[in-house]
Amino acid sequence: MSDYYLFHDSAKCIGCMSCEVHCKENKRLPPGPRLCRIETIGPKWVGNIPKVDFVFMPCYHCDRPWCVAACPTGAMQKRTGDGIVFVDHNLCVGCKACMRACPWGAPQWDPEKGKAVKCDYCLDRVDQGLEPACVAKCVTKCLHFGKPEEVVDARRMRHARAMAAMATEVTLRQPVNGPKAKPMKPKRKQAQDPVEGS
Amino acid sequence: MRKDIYSICFMCTVRCPIKVTVEDGAVKWVEGNPHQLKGALCAKGSAGTALLNDTERLRYPMIREGARGEGKWKRVSWDQALDYAAQKLKAAVDHYGPQTVAFGERQNLNTHLSKTFMRALGSPNHFTHDALCKGSVNTAFRTLTGYTDAEVAVDWVNTKHVILYGRNLFESLELKPIQALLEAKDKGARITYIDIRSTITASHADRFWMIRPGTDLALNYALIHVILRDNLYDEEYVNRWVTGLTELRAFVEPYTPEWAEEETGIPAGEIVALAREVGGEKPQVIFHYGYRGASHLDEIYFRRSLVILNALMGSIESKGGLIIKKGPKDAGFGSFGKLVDQKDLPKPKGERFDGAGGSRFPIADPAHGVAAMLPLAILNEDPYPLKALIIHRFDPMLSIPDYNQNKKALDKLDLILTIDINFSETAWYSDVILPESIYLERSDSIQMAAGPKPALYMRRQCIPPRYDTKPFWEIIRELARRLDLGRFFPYDSIEDIWDLQLKDMGVSIKDFEAKGFVSLAKNPILWDRKEGLKFKTPSGKIEFVSSLMEQNGFLSFLPYKSVTPPPEGEFRLTVGRSAVHTHVSTQNNPYLNELLPENVLWLNTEEASRLGIADGQYVEVHSDHGFGRLKALVTDFIHPEAVFMLHGFGRQVPATTRCYGKGASDTALQENVSDVIGGSPGLHETFVRVRPAS
Ligand code: SF4
Ligand code: SF4
Repeated sequence: MSDYYLFHDSAKCIGCMSCEVHCKENKRLPPGPRLCRIETIGPKWVGNIPKVDFVFMPCYHCDRPWCVAACPTGAMQKRTGDGIVFVDHNLCVGCKACMRACPWGAPQWDPEKGKAVKCDYCLDRVDQGLEPACVAKCVTKCLHFGKPEEVVDARRMRHARAMAAMATEVTLRQPVNGPKAKPMKPKRKQAQDPVEGS
Repeated sequence: MRKDIYSICFMCTVRCPIKVTVEDGAVKWVEGNPHQLKGALCAKGSAGTALLNDTERLRYPMIREGARGEGKWKRVSWDQALDYAAQKLKAAVDHYGPQTVAFGERQNLNTHLSKTFMRALGSPNHFTHDALCKGSVNTAFRTLTGYTDAEVAVDWVNTKHVILYGRNLFESLELKPIQALLEAKDKGARITYIDIRSTITASHADRFWMIRPGTDLALNYALIHVILRDNLYDEEYVNRWVTGLTELRAFVEPYTPEWAEEETGIPAGEIVALAREVGGEKPQVIFHYGYRGASHLDEIYFRRSLVILNALMGSIESKGGLIIKKGPKDAGFGSFGKLVDQKDLPKPKGERFDGAGGSRFPIADPAHGVAAMLPLAILNEDPYPLKALIIHRFDPMLSIPDYNQNKKALDKLDLILTIDINFSETAWYSDVILPESIYLERSDSIQMAAGPKPALYMRRQCIPPRYDTKPFWEIIRELARRLDLGRFFPYDSIEDIWDLQLKDMGVSIKDFEAKGFVSLAKNPILWDRKEGLKFKTPSGKIEFVSSLMEQNGFLSFLPYKSVTPPPEGEFRLTVGRSAVHTHVSTQNNPYLNELLPENVLWLNTEEASRLGIADGQYVEVHSDHGFGRLKALVTDFIHPEAVFMLHGFGRQVPATTRCYGKGASDTALQENVSDVIGGSPGLHETFVRVRPAS
């Protein structure tokens, strides 16, 4: 993994595929390559609701990336410092070795340039202190990016809040002498919850 | 040089505020206005740059050379194209009278200019696409409250419960409402979703009912029955603000939940449960009144039932309910100027071609007209012949049901003039094409966004036009000048129009710089629910028994007629929208086309197996009006009586190579029939036959 963490709060995602376009638009890619994909699973009945689930698939920026190992020219690199995996287009000769090596299909083919392209966490933006394109413009703000300690697990926080709310309600409903439920304490102190705070 | 420019998106009709970053004359980045949308943007919004650079969009003025629809065009200069169009328009006006010219468009920021043009010309026939979508919603609202649906806002963020009827909010998306509703959900709001098929909105709902197609009205009559029977309505509000409760009570008496169960397939107990639930949550309850849901010849009664449900909840002009929009005057500002308000501009006179406000549709809204009447009026020369049609950012050919009939009708015209950014089906069939610059390349009239907190927004030019195109305000002025109507267009630049709009407002153009909009009110303006509501009906109240309807000979309550199931081997054709395309306008966009290149036919699993159709296989769909060929999506998640397809595919313009011939067009199959009162097309009235493609 890189030092960064791209978290998809799938319960809030609406599968609108906007993130895919934000990504392509930012990199000015022609039709064909898709650096991130929203995979739709379902629907299937959960109770009486036809639930659909979404999986967000960018590059996972592996610890020991096979694409980097497979690249004969050294174009595919893992950036020292933060571990972002990216292609140096000056060195890429378009042999597609990285595309064959990656188990996730992360490196994609740019038919216009004749070179490999892949999700690089929008490193030019990250270096300017900005969020990646897909995160910055996500319709529901369900994508979160940063160093692991900066990214609040929105799903866990939501659960914690619900539990806390329930605990309070239970307290109110207790008989006067009964045992009292304790409101749940958040596990880790968080500066800000991006869902609430943004 | 890098510069941020605030503007307004126009990839769909929602008009989200955007921030555009321009560097060295090129658009580098587009995002939602961070002050309003936290930077979020939808797929269509981001694909704006793909539109900008698309070589298949309209790039220069053209005059038709071959036969209509043959695709032979002559590139001409702007002067030649405008002269030609003006001369043809003049011929129609001089020989047959100004009423034989009609102007149809999708409502936009410059609609006040188009209306000015038509009034100056002396024709009453300006119409918009609106009635094709929600004509009956508009009429229903007016019959009950005196306001159109467009004058009402939804307070998503404060609601406790939203009930959506085929309003697939998360796919046919609007950014602000989605963000607000998800925020409300975090605070515990609930969603009930009713549709004939599952959608992503259903997936996010707390309750989902797969209703029998066409029976939404039966469900609502039963809900009203229970709400009145069990006194679940907002008594104080209803006693003060509603007339006709007694009549309604008597009317819904027979419509029990058990009766509705038979009709809709929704268990009676569940209907009662929903009524009780919303009864406890009122007035922060929204029965959403648009836009899909059952779409039939008596649609207006379904839409009325929705407004009635809101009224019973006391949710009209309530926090977390519906709020009547407030304008600059309510916020203590002066009035907002429109070109159409010029004193010497002739008033529209004579009967409209579509009968709106006249004999045929006496209470439909003449501000929009009834677009579906266009082919019928042309073909039958009823009430008079039409000779020339100006079309702006609208595609009647592919939006009005019955494609073949539309084509036959357009054939009869002397002139079809299209002003657009893309080759629509209508543009392809035109005589002259005047290409408009896209929203990133032009400035437009200022937007007055009325609402609980009224505000002004500005679309600003970000870069110079990429091709030989012009903004609409310039095109229409040039056309007017050539018809000796220039005096009604007293401006030289967009700044002149802005000055005219802001003259009496006490707001200056500079005020837009900081955030791209000017807020006219700090807090939502809500009228006092006890005494301060201002309904625009004769009684000043919400009229369940509507004076507007009754005076024009219409029943206020329509006894329910059972919906006939389709005959053996046939299905009710239903339609809808996706998250990545806008109606019929984006199918050829390189990025959006890549995501969704064609539509498929949703078909219930059991029905499919009976017909021998496998998932993913091509099928032929036939109706009495046309034919389509597309892939089947075989699924358990659609009602067996219905099939479903996305609107806007099956395109027949070879010049738009990416979407040409992909999927099927719903309008090729549908019959052109309209709601008898509101005039919106009965999009779900057509039965189709499906078989494996040979
Ligand atoms: S933009 Fe956001 S909400 Fe839409 S599909 Fe992507 S992650 Fe989901
Ligand atoms: S981080 Fe950047 S490159 Fe990676 S998927 Fe998101 S937008 Fe695309």
